[in-house]
Amino acid sequence: MKEILKKTAVEQRKALLNKEISAVELTNAAFERIEEVESKIEAFNCLTKEVAIKTAKKVDEKIAKGEELPLLAGIPLALKDNMNLIGYPTTASSKILENFVSPFNATVTEKLLHNLVPIIGKANLDEFAMGSSTENSAFKKTKNPWDLNKVPGGSSGGSAACVAACESTLSLGSDTGGSIRLPGSFCGIVGMKPTYGRVSRYGLIAFASSLDQIGPFARCVEDAAMLLEVISGVDPKDSTSLNTPVEKYSTMLKDDIKGLKVGVIKELTGEGVAEDVQKAMQNAINTYKSLGAEIHEISLPYLKYSIGVYYIIATAEASSNLARFDGVKYGYRTKDAKNLMEMYTKTRAEGFGAEVKRRIMLGTYALSSGYYDAYYKKAQQLRALIKADFDKAFEKIDILISPTCPNTAFELGSKTEDPLAMYLTDIATISANLAGIPGISVPAGFDSSGMPIGLQILAPQLGEVKLFNASYKFEQANDFYTKISSI
Amino acid sequence: MDTVTREKYEVVIGLEVHAQLKTKSKIFAPDSTEFGNEQNTQISPITLGMPGVLPVLNKSVVDMAILTGLALNCKIPNRCKFDRKQYFYPDLPKGYQISQYDEPICIGGCLDIKGKRIGITRAHLEEDAGKLVHAGADGIAGSNYSLVDLNRAGTPLLEIVSEPDMRSSDEAKAYMEELRNILRYIGVCDGNLEEGSMRCDANISVMLKGSKEFGTRAEIKNVNSFKALQRAIEYEIERQIDLVEEGERVVQETRLWDDNLGETRSMRGKEDAHDYRYFPEPDLMPLEISQEWVERIKETMPELPKAKRERYMSLGLSEYDATVIVEQPELAFFFDEVIKLDANVKTSINFLTGEVAAYLKEEKLSIGETKLTPENLVELVNLIEKGTISNNIGKQIIFTMLKEGTSAASIVEKQGLRQISDEGAIKEIVQEVVNSNPEQVASYKAGKVQLLGFFVGQVMKETKGRANPKTVNELLKEFLD
Repeated sequence: MKEILKKTAVEQRKALLNKEISAVELTNAAFERIEEVESKIEAFNCLTKEVAIKTAKKVDEKIAKGEELPLLAGIPLALKDNMNLIGYPTTASSKILENFVSPFNATVTEKLLHNLVPIIGKANLDEFAMGSSTENSAFKKTKNPWDLNKVPGGSSGGSAACVAACESTLSLGSDTGGSIRLPGSFCGIVGMKPTYGRVSRYGLIAFASSLDQIGPFARCVEDAAMLLEVISGVDPKDSTSLNTPVEKYSTMLKDDIKGLKVGVIKELTGEGVAEDVQKAMQNAINTYKSLGAEIHEISLPYLKYSIGVYYIIATAEASSNLARFDGVKYGYRTKDAKNLMEMYTKTRAEGFGAEVKRRIMLGTYALSSGYYDAYYKKAQQLRALIKADFDKAFEKIDILISPTCPNTAFELGSKTEDPLAMYLTDIATISANLAGIPGISVPAGFDSSGMPIGLQILAPQLGEVKLFNASYKFEQANDFYTKISSI
Repeated sequence: MDTVTREKYEVVIGLEVHAQLKTKSKIFAPDSTEFGNEQNTQISPITLGMPGVLPVLNKSVVDMAILTGLALNCKIPNRCKFDRKQYFYPDLPKGYQISQYDEPICIGGCLDIKGKRIGITRAHLEEDAGKLVHAGADGIAGSNYSLVDLNRAGTPLLEIVSEPDMRSSDEAKAYMEELRNILRYIGVCDGNLEEGSMRCDANISVMLKGSKEFGTRAEIKNVNSFKALQRAIEYEIERQIDLVEEGERVVQETRLWDDNLGETRSMRGKEDAHDYRYFPEPDLMPLEISQEWVERIKETMPELPKAKRERYMSLGLSEYDATVIVEQPELAFFFDEVIKLDANVKTSINFLTGEVAAYLKEEKLSIGETKLTPENLVELVNLIEKGTISNNIGKQIIFTMLKEGTSAASIVEKQGLRQISDEGAIKEIVQEVVNSNPEQVASYKAGKVQLLGFFVGQVMKETKGRANPKTVNELLKEFLD
């Protein structure tokens, strides 16, 4: 592996500008690295070398002409394979979309191409982003670079693993209930979910529309802040995108956090949290204290309902969003159906995996006549209460912290037979999606077996500046982020 | 059915009308809504429901819905929202239709027909589905496979739901007609039932007169013309009364009207009714409509059919003429221009509802597609009023004007059609006609006075119709009597 691949995007940009390496060389180095480790990691559903090299060449032309480089130009990036890139398959790791090639780019793709970011491949995920381990992919099981017997977390497991394994410098994931933060934590890198509406969802294959949000993976906070700057902003194609100016997050990281009010979420510490993770939490609290922050214990009484609420709202929306995969217009269609009903049922029975079917059934049930009030409506009411909990907390404090997950990465196959145990992996992350607030997972240490631990930091709606600032200060006060898996 | 039985019952009818709004692009996508183009040429990824697409509400759809709501005396709540109505069908690309369930854009209006007020419960926005084309057969039966055309998918629809206030098929028809007039006058819908730009479902029930409780209703679909609407309702009334008379129960169901067989037949019962699993559309924010927005739309409200009819009648038109012309908005707008030019209203309307209307029907044209201008028609009317040409000549040259766009005066000059009112000139011709028809003169004098028409005809023939008929009559009588 070329040493440059271990560097952050900020450092790689310097190297490009100093002509220590060309963008094409950097991109090729990433593909060489993929060649080297991909058979072990299995992070990618497909590589997009042509578009990556083409973009890198443009970057080199700009450098040669001495023109100004857009942010992140020439820095290799992987897209989660539920975001559209013209000319390549967008599968959502589902058999039902195995051969689907999108005729249009996602808005985030457009923004990346505009900034001349070489897109090197489409990263594996849990089918339709439903899962916490990436084991629900129809195509492959991505491994955790820190221990190939362990899962990378999910659903954006491919995006996290490829950055942790230095196959890519950056990647994009999508987070519906923790799908960026959890794999970020399991793979020892930074994973960030922005405020709902900060990044356009146009061209992201929907799982749960009111919860989905695209966000960055990177090996340090500054890189993540830059990537969010590039992909954020209002989009006329997404009515739920927020019409608020995008701040220059990466230039606002270094403010002093003396007096910052840090709330420790009571319900996510102590009981049920692994000992090593508790130790890492204590270290985080100590770090903030040493940086002059005030520590408060904050209780969020409705948090305990978040998993239940989530699995009603997310599955209800998913059951609807996935109705379009019916074999009529694109994607997989069963062979030799005798009639329309058979075409529908067989196409969907053969095309979707077990977890996707389970969630479609749950969601369909929750929306059914006679059950709507008892489930969906009640879940929406509770969602409002969970959000109110956060609003109240943020009146008193600036940021909230907790472990990203009570445990570190688990063994492949250890939870696949127990969906409920798998669902509980997201206990700490889900509530941020329900409340629409931004959250991040920052490397916060390692457990006794050397697996990474993540610190989750949450901020109020559109509090990205504060979030990145507090994350950066924590990151820089420790050196966890500089450790790279030995694969 | 004997009238005695029929008279025992009261009929209760409510209509759900789907009006396609005449926007240039679709309700949630930029594709054109134009009708009649090659299949599947107006299908962006959004219309196709491709993975990753999102709907964006077309603001002009909202403008039209507000205008319609105001024209139907509805309230426009300051907030409405969209919901997903879910079912599987190949013409529905997303597997759900974006509609409005419990917070529609218009609520609580009314529409007057022949002195009766029909309540309007609500009007809500939704997207149209595509169309299935069944290969090798007219319908799905007998067809080996079906093709999907999604050009229509995503066309904006406003579903206007009436209260169950109609008590006869005549009232239902009158309601539909007036609603269609209004939609066409405010320019939001073509109102073409045959092409499907306006579609209607009828909810029908019967009850014994004086009863306070409505009977069980059946919903009739596939009514594609005014005639079909009336026939379907009449059929359904008799079917339901027969059931009740025989001691059976009317079941709540959806029935399909078959225009060829002239009957309704069961499509699906209540127990087979879809569970649409409505829930709020998470891809669209609730729609806030400010009072200013409503006021801005209100200012664009044109004269509505009822007001127009009343104004025409105040100008001296008969109720019949006023109704006929109001039913044809383009003709009425033309007539308004004519009125502005201060022409004789009765002569003008006679041309418009007579020769012009007949020509348009014959040639299947709209007035805008002819070359007749209001100025030219007024000139023609004035030539008649001044006695420059006769009414009959006018009726002849109007066709040239429609086809060629020539002015009446130039035709009159070119063809020498000016009316001869000069008594001396006519006298000479009358003299000639009398002299050359001695036999007829004898008969006339012997008492066969109906021969006067013959002499008038001869004079007209000689003058190519230009002689002033009144003068001809007077002079002939002078010569013969």
